[in-house]
Amino acid sequence: MDLFVINIIDGLIYGLLLFMLSSGLTLIFSMMGVLNLSHAAFYMLGAYLAYQISVITGFWVGLIVAPILVTILGAGVERYGLRRVHQYGHVPELIFTFGLFFVIEELVQYIWGRSMVNYSSPESLDFIAFSLAGGTIPAYKVFMLLISVGIFVALYYVLARTRIGMIIQAALSYPKTVEALGHNVPLVFMGVFGVGTGLAGLAGVIAGPSLTTFPGMAFLLGSIVFVCVVVGGLGSLSGAFIASLLIGWLQTFAASYNVGAADILIAMGYEFPKDVYYHPWRDLWTLTLPQIGPILPYILLILVLVFKPNGLFGKRET
Amino acid sequence: MKIFKTIASFAFAAGVFLSSSVFADTVKIAFIDPLSGPFATTGTGGLAQWKFAVEKLVNEKGGVLGGKKMEIVALDNKMDGKESLVQVQVAIDQGIRFIAQGNSSGIANAITDMVKKHNKRNPDKRVIFINYSAVDPALTNDKCNFWHFRFDANADIKMDVLTDIIADNSAMKKMYLIGQDYSFGKAVAAAAEKYLAQKTSIEIVGNELHPIGKVKDFTPYARKILAAGADGVITGNWGADMVNLGRSLKESGFSGPIYCYYCAGDGITKTFSAAGEGMLNVVHEGAMNPTNPELVAYHKEFKAKYPAADLNQARIMTATMMIAKAIEEAGSADDVVKIAYALEGMEFYNDILKTKVVMREKDHQAIQNVNVSVHTKDIDIDYDNSGYGVKTYATVEMASADSPTTCKMKRP
Amino acid sequence: MTNYSMKNGAISSSVPWIISAVILIILPFIFTGGGSITIMNQIGITIVLAMSYNMLLGQGGMLSFGHAVYMGIGGFVAVHVMNIVENEYLWLPLPLLPLVGGLVGLGFATIIGSFSTRKAGTVFAMISLGIGELIAACCIIITVFFGGEEGISGDRTMAPPTFGIEFITQKEVYFLIAFWVLLSTFCMYLFTQTPVGKMANAVRDNPERAEFVGYSMRWVRYVSFCAAGFFAGIAGALFAINYEILTEQNLNLNMSFQVLLATYIGGVGFFLGPVFGAILFTLLQTVIGLQTDLWALYTGIVFILMVMFLPTGLTGLFAMHLIPLQLGRFGLLIKPYSKIFLPGLVFLLGTIALIELINHVRHHGEEQFMTLFWIEFDTRAFLPWILFSLMTIVGFYLSRIFAREVAEAWGEATYIEGERR
Repeated sequence: MDLFVINIIDGLIYGLLLFMLSSGLTLIFSMMGVLNLSHAAFYMLGAYLAYQISVITGFWVGLIVAPILVTILGAGVERYGLRRVHQYGHVPELIFTFGLFFVIEELVQYIWGRSMVNYSSPESLDFIAFSLAGGTIPAYKVFMLLISVGIFVALYYVLARTRIGMIIQAALSYPKTVEALGHNVPLVFMGVFGVGTGLAGLAGVIAGPSLTTFPGMAFLLGSIVFVCVVVGGLGSLSGAFIASLLIGWLQTFAASYNVGAADILIAMGYEFPKDVYYHPWRDLWTLTLPQIGPILPYILLILVLVFKPNGLFGKRET
Repeated sequence: MKIFKTIASFAFAAGVFLSSSVFADTVKIAFIDPLSGPFATTGTGGLAQWKFAVEKLVNEKGGVLGGKKMEIVALDNKMDGKESLVQVQVAIDQGIRFIAQGNSSGIANAITDMVKKHNKRNPDKRVIFINYSAVDPALTNDKCNFWHFRFDANADIKMDVLTDIIADNSAMKKMYLIGQDYSFGKAVAAAAEKYLAQKTSIEIVGNELHPIGKVKDFTPYARKILAAGADGVITGNWGADMVNLGRSLKESGFSGPIYCYYCAGDGITKTFSAAGEGMLNVVHEGAMNPTNPELVAYHKEFKAKYPAADLNQARIMTATMMIAKAIEEAGSADDVVKIAYALEGMEFYNDILKTKVVMREKDHQAIQNVNVSVHTKDIDIDYDNSGYGVKTYATVEMASADSPTTCKMKRP
Repeated sequence: MTNYSMKNGAISSSVPWIISAVILIILPFIFTGGGSITIMNQIGITIVLAMSYNMLLGQGGMLSFGHAVYMGIGGFVAVHVMNIVENEYLWLPLPLLPLVGGLVGLGFATIIGSFSTRKAGTVFAMISLGIGELIAACCIIITVFFGGEEGISGDRTMAPPTFGIEFITQKEVYFLIAFWVLLSTFCMYLFTQTPVGKMANAVRDNPERAEFVGYSMRWVRYVSFCAAGFFAGIAGALFAINYEILTEQNLNLNMSFQVLLATYIGGVGFFLGPVFGAILFTLLQTVIGLQTDLWALYTGIVFILMVMFLPTGLTGLFAMHLIPLQLGRFGLLIKPYSKIFLPGLVFLLGTIALIELINHVRHHGEEQFMTLFWIEFDTRAFLPWILFSLMTIVGFYLSRIFAREVAEAWGEATYIEGERR
């Protein structure tokens, strides 16, 4: 039971981190109709920039400055790249963001080298926040949690209470009408793309010390973010929120419980084979939940897309 | 037909590229490992050690066969199986007789398979495969062949040593095994299970495999390990999987030792720094600390030339010297059958590391001293320029010298 | 884009096919090294794969992130069949093996396509991504079939000899691959001439109108998808024959990404575009890869620039020049082109040299000297830095000036009376 509680907390932290990424992605999609395949690359960029700044000035300056830099870079990409490709149509836009992923990943390795960098959490957060069930939760994890919740609240406030939020909200459901009202100015596009990528950058800044800052980090997290937004429903912020938490918990619990196919098969009345390593069904007999944990989201993705192409909460056609 | 003109001109360009580096009268070793992409750090580190070893230990001492220099030809395999095979072909085409590779047992499997077939089909262009790092036991057991020589201790030997040390540690009652879900991870787990049961009464409270390079957050695994009440953890993880596992364990409040294969150097030592103090216990050949004057001198010169790289694969020195010796004994740098016969069964004393190495005849597995070392600041030779390194606290001499093998070697 | 693909109608005569066949036969006698033949084999395999990918992206407008899956599955089955043949449970000459791979790819595509082709665009792309991740993960889990990380290997020479050939040397394999490249290309060309193939273009360009004609968009996409799976499977079996080993790396996302890069660089709107793409990409990877560890960065930059400035790819560049050629005004272009050539080259070399120099100093700083374009120089001296910077700046400046002339000349050369451009 204690393990259950602690898994809930771990899954929540991870899920909220995913939400920080998926919220930016879904914002960009709802305004511009393009799925930004390079989103995770901006996450990586955030972590590396923050690392570089933290080497010079310490963690806290990096926390503020790095996301701003990523926002500016993201806005620049929209202004000088994406806007140009927009005229060719939808698929070229997707391909552009895909290519961008590659270039950013390579550029990061060009600048910072190919081995992992020592980006670590600030010393002031280097203590144990509380203990539970024989395990401990470090203060940095609590800090991550607070930042994520803060972003969620701020985003909610902006979207629900401010004018710009109203426009974005309207764009979720009636993009054509908003366009007709004259709101669809390039500046808003640029701003949304910048802020969206900036959120990804912020996620990188706070995840970097905890999940390791290394060249493969974008690839590792990349596709899971698409799962979050697609399952939640493209363009739906609340959908992205729920899907992110769902996937956070799904992955945490799948990794936590060693339920094996053997248990189920034995319960069904089959006998465990004697020399399992040479058995024709050895892969089935030795299969465990943690082994397939990382692919569960993709199964979910395919099922959702096949049976409910709009996602769980999406209203828009993708 | 424009296309084919283009093909022709490009292929011609390719031909020029490929032939441009053929020089007479050097003994070339093709180094095939990742030099670009996310795994390039390990590859470039290995390359630096090969280049330095060849220069320092062979060429500066007068070369082989009365003055022939040895040369390393670096070929990038991008950590990709197909690309490795292309590069092996490229090397063979340049007339190179020695293929050195080490990163990833999967790729080593592919190369040893290709070398076997190639040597059978092209008896006049045979090559030797110098495996300096891939430790999957299968390579010197079921999949062994006459052309493959392994200079690192394989996963079984290392586990044999590790469990000897663990057996001496009376605080260890419950052990957790965790590894990456592929051939090497499985080999480590199987060996750990076997030896722990043989030598100790330690209870294995968990034995699991996780997908390789796919786990974003190791916290749930760390929780599980703690909940199981493990006193220690054995893992074959490498790269980011190793760092994340170690870090999550530390953050979750785990205080026991982690026994590992690849938790030193290549950025890992630096990433752990103070957090790894006393926690990481690595099993390896080639002790760096405590050190000796010859090793310090060698290390100093190495660092002067390659400040960013580390001397973390001592077997590269051994391999270089043994190949040179085998070439001398065979009296030829081209007759690989003779060289291979000279190499198998060779007894060699590495006077820098002060250890003896025997290339076991029956399976081409190097038998040597294997050490267990701890991550600490109390060292002379550090890794990653971090001030931290590994200090040997236990050594098993000529480890597993008479271990069994299923290898049935066919000799030409 | 569609205008140009119509022009490929000229290929329908048999002459170009015969010429291609002759050239394919001559090639290995010009480039005799085992290395060159290995690279040509790799190019051949990539050509089949990229062309099959183009059936999706170029002809059907479906962006797939999991195309390597069909190649991989076809290849895995091909290796298993190779092993069955070796154990003499089955009699099958090696040259027929690609057919087995193709049929497996087709079968698998039939299953996946039945639900993934319902929608195009983002939904299709995301499903393909999910399938790609799923199968790649299964590769590691289901070791009985995929052999885990080290994969499955076989021996091609154990098949019954075909007319006395046992496929021992690389050259013999080359001819087998060349034959299948030609045959697959021909079949794919025939496919574009069928009603379904033609409708695929229509569905890509204007789905609604295509629907009005009476064709189901979904059916057209489905058929194209299955055909693409078939040819990808052939590529997989050719891979199995050439390398005799299949691993997870043959069907993971990375491999699918590479197919997309290769195809797009070649030009997706054209039937022969992927051929160029496959050649260029393989050479970038294998030959340029030998020279610099930044090959992936260059590939990425070339790709991005192509998407931005030349969405029709390399073939598009050639095809563009057909217009002035047909109008008989190609002469107008020669002068501005020759003017921009030198500054452009200087700019290009300067930029590459600067990138390589920075990379060298940053990541290989311990070696004072570096070799670039066969010239060795001191990285710690000022001269190379100043020279390369000057080359970059001056080259860029001059190229900008001459680019205007090119644009003007281009406008003149392609101007057609009475047509609004």
